[in-house]
Amino acid sequence: MQKLLLLGDEAIAQGALDAGISGIYAYPGTPSTEITEYVQHSKEAKEKGIKSSWSTNEKTAMESALGMSYAGKRTMVCMKHVGLNVAADAFVNSAITGANGGIIVVAADDPSMHSSQNEQDSRFYGKFAQIPILEPNNQQEAYDMVQYGFDLSEKYKIPVLMRLTTRLAHSRAGVVRMATQHPQNELKLPDNLKQFILLPSIARKSYKALLANQVNFEEESNISTFNKYYEGKDKSLGIISSGIAFNYLHENYQETGVPYPVLKINQYPIPRKYVEKLYAECDEILVLEEGYPIIEESIRGYMNNGKKIRGRMDGSIEFDGELNPNKVAGALGLPVSQGRAKPEVVVGRPPVLCSGCPHIDSYKALNQALEEYAKGRVFSDIGCYTLGALAPFDAINSCVDMGASITMAKGAADAGLIPAVAVIGDGTFTHSGITGLIDCIVDKSNVVIIILDNDTTAMTGGQRSASEGGKLEDICRGVGVAEEHIRILRPLPKFHDENFRVMKEELEYEGVSVIIPRRECVVTVNQRMRDKFKEKKK
Amino acid sequence: MKKDIILSGVGGQGIVSIAAIIGTAALDLGLNLKQSEVHGMSQRGGDVMSNLRISDQEIHSDLIPEGKADLIISVEPLEALRHLPMLAPDGWLITNTNPYNNIANYPPIEDVLAEIEKVPNHIAIDADQIAKDIEARRSSNVVILGAACPFLELDPKTIEEAIKKLFGKKGEMTVNQNLEALKEGRSFAEHSCE
Ligand SMILES: Cc1ncc(C[n+]2csc(CCOP(=O)(O)OP(=O)(O)O)c2C)c(N)n1
Ligand code: SF4
Repeated sequence: MQKLLLLGDEAIAQGALDAGISGIYAYPGTPSTEITEYVQHSKEAKEKGIKSSWSTNEKTAMESALGMSYAGKRTMVCMKHVGLNVAADAFVNSAITGANGGIIVVAADDPSMHSSQNEQDSRFYGKFAQIPILEPNNQQEAYDMVQYGFDLSEKYKIPVLMRLTTRLAHSRAGVVRMATQHPQNELKLPDNLKQFILLPSIARKSYKALLANQVNFEEESNISTFNKYYEGKDKSLGIISSGIAFNYLHENYQETGVPYPVLKINQYPIPRKYVEKLYAECDEILVLEEGYPIIEESIRGYMNNGKKIRGRMDGSIEFDGELNPNKVAGALGLPVSQGRAKPEVVVGRPPVLCSGCPHIDSYKALNQALEEYAKGRVFSDIGCYTLGALAPFDAINSCVDMGASITMAKGAADAGLIPAVAVIGDGTFTHSGITGLIDCIVDKSNVVIIILDNDTTAMTGGQRSASEGGKLEDICRGVGVAEEHIRILRPLPKFHDENFRVMKEELEYEGVSVIIPRRECVVTVNQRMRDKFKEKKK
Repeated sequence: MKKDIILSGVGGQGIVSIAAIIGTAALDLGLNLKQSEVHGMSQRGGDVMSNLRISDQEIHSDLIPEGKADLIISVEPLEALRHLPMLAPDGWLITNTNPYNNIANYPPIEDVLAEIEKVPNHIAIDADQIAKDIEARRSSNVVILGAACPFLELDPKTIEEAIKKLFGKKGEMTVNQNLEALKEGRSFAEHSCE
């Protein structure tokens, strides 16, 4: 059979197309971005009219999906792990409303924080919402699970969470497609038109129904082909693996096979039947899971007065950071292979702003305008411009979560730090900066907000920005920023003096100022030029 | 047959096309393949690394265990050294000698090359010069791939076919430049191993 060479992300996307989705809703974020991009570039998706444009943030994505599910169609929502924080209100409540058409929420976690602010484990959200969770350990399973997940979602009328981590999301392997594809669902409203109304009187009943379903979810885990018990002769140890840890385990027994009983858990709730069997059979349990010790903690219990359970909590594996074959070897008491030491001459090579990047000119002007004030008053946000934290700029003092620049500047100004400056990208501003700006207007806060408008979401690969084509000043005007304190700049070296002067003026103004340095990201400019050139050649 | 390969360089230097060529050849030979890529934050001119595993057996992990890589193929010398802990004791290091200097504290290049000399099995090649000599400046990464060819244990013809397949759209000239680059890299490696 013909194999497609797909990233884990792409396998999920292909799975969704073959499972008959009618729309995919997402906000970009590493390592989840390629799922939606795959659908956006798919000819097949275009022909079938599948919706795939980016949402403004993860919450709007989750809610749009809920609406599509209400209308009876299958839909997928994708985001990075911290995106689930933004979508959490809709996500947790969707477990109570339940689904009509199938919904899969994909959260891509980033243990070791390759491109993220933290390494939170999305399985906790699934557990919190009390819905089934799927976690593939290879690209083929990622593909297969999507069809299964939609069937499960429609069987119990419940959203299903699918969790994966960076290494699977961004690794390619061969995937075989299923022979037949699921057609898109017909438009069909819920049987009960009050299903999605979470008035307390209704929500209480819906919640009871969710609770009653927990035994069914567990039984599904017990019989799922994604959970598997492998017998082993040596019962001195029993191993539980979840997700990608299964691969690292087998990597260490490439020649001999694993001598111990192994329970592979790739579907939650935890399949109690198998856990009981493993616990009864083995002297000691080792839990290998990517992320936080969620299985380990459940089995160990607060009193920890049963058999010895090893994992991240007892230090058999360090608590933070992603797993790898060597860490797993160490936990198994196997020899840990080592290469040559890294020579001392090797220095770090951190990411940098591209040469010619508009953010460089904005920071140069800002740094000069702030020279007369004491340091430590620039609240920034998440995007390419966060690299302004590093030399040679050393220009910012915070980066917490998308949108936090404006609101932190407000809080600091309220506390008396004047002037307080927020630096935010156009993408992040529309994602969740606008509400903070409204707070500032309502409260007449003394802040200078710099919206770096490079007309794209550059950090995650240049996705369309919701404020494309210069809508930012209209938004600012609309929410009440005074016309004369909306200042548009051209961040280019030749305009440095003028830009510096404008920034200085606004720093002295008491009230809300918005400065918009506007110039397109050089990467997207080059990309457009290349595409144009290709078009011409044709 | 099993080859575990670390590819390294700086974001934007084109390790992705090396991976694509080897990957296409491996698939044509019916081998299994897993290839991890780097996306996101680390792409902005920072160090990038990719794990490429090919085998006629099932491949479990997407990551190569430390100290087990058969090959490091690097398009930048400092980046070659960064990943030495991944290399198996009998593994080979194939690297460009041309520095990509985008950091203020880049060490003296003599010190970097001296460290490369300490690795028992290595090929250090000035791929940029060779690419310039054959008037295929943009193919220096394929010169390095050529130098790695003798260690890949893949039929050289399938690699050439993969280049034709992947660069075909860009025209005959690009294909020929890359085939030439491959050949030059290969003969450099063969001569230095004699
Ligand atoms: C909640 C959340 N969603 C997504 C991301 C991933 N992410 C990092 S930066 C960024 C957007 C950057 O766009 P913009 O603010 O326009 O700045 P630019 O990179 O273009 O300079 C995104 C989506 C994140 N960190 N947090
Ligand atoms: S990708 Fe664009 S916004 Fe990001 S650093 Fe490069 S030029 Fe600047």
